[in-house]
Amino acid sequence: MSGTRLVVGPFNRVEGDLEVHLTLSGGRVARAEVNAPLYRGFERMLRGRPPSDALTLTPRICGICSISQSAAAAQALAAAGAHRPAPQGALVTALIHAVENAADHLTHFNLFFMPDFARPAYAAHPWHARAVARFTAMEGAAPREVLEARAALMHVLGLLAGKWPHTLAIQPGGVTRSPSARDKVRILSSLRAFRQYLERTLFGAPLEAFIALDSPAALQGWDTGDAGLFMEIAADLDLDALGRGAGRYLSFGAYALTEGHGFAAGLWNGAPAPLELSGLVEDTAHSWMLGGPAHPASGHTEPDEDMRDGAYSWCKAPRLNGLPFETGALARQVIDGHPLARALAGGGVLARVAARLLELARTQVLMEDLTAQIMPSSRFMAPAPDLRDGAGAGLVEAARGALGHWVRVEEGRIASYQIIAPTTWNFSPRDGAGTPGPLETALEGTPADEGATLAVQHIVRSFDPCMVCTVH
Amino acid sequence: MNILWLQAAGCGGCTMSLLCAEAPGILDLLAGAGLRFLWHPALSAETGAQARTLLDSVERGDIPLDILCVEGAIARGPRGSGRYQMLSGTGRSMLDWITNLVPRATHVVAVGSCAAYGGVTSAGGNPSDAVGLQYEGGHKGGILPARFQASGGLPVINVAGCPTHPDWVGETLLMLAAGELAADGLDPLARPRFYADHLVHHGCPKNEFYEYKASARQLCELGCMMEHLGCIGTQAVGDCNIRPWNGGGSCTKGGYPCIACTAPEFEEPAHAFTETPKVGGIPVGLPSDMPKAWFMALASLSKAATPERLAKNAVADRITIPPSLRKRPR
Repeated sequence: MSGTRLVVGPFNRVEGDLEVHLTLSGGRVARAEVNAPLYRGFERMLRGRPPSDALTLTPRICGICSISQSAAAAQALAAAGAHRPAPQGALVTALIHAVENAADHLTHFNLFFMPDFARPAYAAHPWHARAVARFTAMEGAAPREVLEARAALMHVLGLLAGKWPHTLAIQPGGVTRSPSARDKVRILSSLRAFRQYLERTLFGAPLEAFIALDSPAALQGWDTGDAGLFMEIAADLDLDALGRGAGRYLSFGAYALTEGHGFAAGLWNGAPAPLELSGLVEDTAHSWMLGGPAHPASGHTEPDEDMRDGAYSWCKAPRLNGLPFETGALARQVIDGHPLARALAGGGVLARVAARLLELARTQVLMEDLTAQIMPSSRFMAPAPDLRDGAGAGLVEAARGALGHWVRVEEGRIASYQIIAPTTWNFSPRDGAGTPGPLETALEGTPADEGATLAVQHIVRSFDPCMVCTVH
Repeated sequence: MNILWLQAAGCGGCTMSLLCAEAPGILDLLAGAGLRFLWHPALSAETGAQARTLLDSVERGDIPLDILCVEGAIARGPRGSGRYQMLSGTGRSMLDWITNLVPRATHVVAVGSCAAYGGVTSAGGNPSDAVGLQYEGGHKGGILPARFQASGGLPVINVAGCPTHPDWVGETLLMLAAGELAADGLDPLARPRFYADHLVHHGCPKNEFYEYKASARQLCELGCMMEHLGCIGTQAVGDCNIRPWNGGGSCTKGGYPCIACTAPEFEEPAHAFTETPKVGGIPVGLPSDMPKAWFMALASLSKAATPERLAKNAVADRITIPPSLRKRPR
């Protein structure tokens, strides 16, 4: 293809390593190729080890989705042993996981996404001075306020999970520490403080008012708090039209509780459909990986040390029934049936960021509900017997989307371990049919030239990518 | 002083942990000591060409560099090329960048066990051929030679931990800024002694169970986790039970064992992380400073003397028998 080639990197304020190759034509992106330039090989590290080692090693794939990895590993091992966690253990696992996801949404909005609007390129816009005061990287008021609120919220994890990141508290049978009545009131007090931060600073109004928004017009009228500043910027820059997706969404379901998921599992392609993964493959046509497409239950990971031409990423390309899917807060809220999210389906930067704010508000309510349901007198662990042989999958939702672990255990050792992370879906390279991944599609047609890639940056960051998880 | 922070082959968790610093938060802590990030991949505004210009300037020596912080191990594969981690947008490996930036830095800090020794990135056959900056596991010599000293006179400072406690990193940087960290402030594995002179055992809430060898059998029981559940807090350096994590936690407070994540090669314990290997029913790897025969003698005595309160609580998931009261209501 003719046109100017442009490489964007180091691509910072994303978790991990990302490089975006653009082919420009007429001031627009004609073609995008997304490269995840770090390979560590966790799936190979796990082979031959005792199954329980996955609980120590897989959280260390990622320092920001650490608990999501814990939860997926615990669920996969439980499934492989046909074991069920104690119901109250599953409840506390969900609470621990929700705290991480809420903190991640907050970190993304304040530290990763919003600082781009403080750039001098936007100096002529009426909101710019306020964006500079609030969101200038490391200097604005918002980073300090958000780090304080985030660290205080993390006290819930100090109490329930020992520390964050990289806890071993989440096990196939439940959680290692049984919360007492005293812990319960302390957690509720931490959550009250976090609600205050959200209502005073992020939303500037009661959370329930944001949760009640049911249309893009109602959303556009939101004018309080940092969310209001974002909406003003989004309207001015038409962030709704920027980086629109195919509107095809996937959620594994967030927070597996005895009575069902906190946010529903499913697919969306203009209409809801049940989650069915028999047609799932990881394609390696444009990945520096050897071996053909395979379902993760029978997949393998063998890096192509020659880094052959034609391939351009260590990331495999997951496809469901031959199609790429977008995953994340927008996908979850669409599939869960929230009216605002449904109305935003297929949208771009605005839709992804607004859905994340919506989910943050809903997650706060969920965390309060979960805590209220803790029964300190109950059992929080049903210890799982030793796992000798079996196979299973752990399907959870990280902040940035669907995370799956597929494990097979033979004679007490891990025979196979395959992982598909959210950004493996969102930032996948092309597949064997030449179909681009969701980000690659979203970038096509975006205004860009050398030295002016701000729109590209907004789109990339709107996905909240986690690159360390992507390849693992 | 300025800080250039690079994320090599790791999980980014040490940065995420650093952001949990409190009273004050990390931004005010560093600013207050006159420290500023020249560039940090998770926090800085500069991206793409702007970031490349900055890195080029440091590499050429146009911008003097006070502290180079590296988080994550250094991938040398495949076949010594370093191409398992290319610093995006530059066409060069992270291995190449770090090798070229190190001579420009007055101090070099390895943030986390991966950057220090290889850590989890080098686990399980080490698929990416990863090493630490100045160590390969417990052996001196990583991508930098065993005798390396930065121009400030110190070897690579190994702020080991998986993840690191936010204060371990913050206080190391503050001590460098104040000129308070000298060679004798580092232990033989180059870890800052302000936290490495402690054992995780110090202040562990399970100490009374340990005294009587009243052991937990399952992860969820209150007893000591040394005998059955893989805990090596009596041998692991770290002030984890003296200085709280996330407001009040620690691994053992969370009900799971210390796996000595501050130590080289912790990622390869040669047994399941949460199981204690035993020979003839006796745990191998007893406390480091204690003669084995003495330990065995004391352990059998104290086991025989275990109060019912501790014996029962050790295998319960909450305190079932409270301490007996010296003064009872009359």
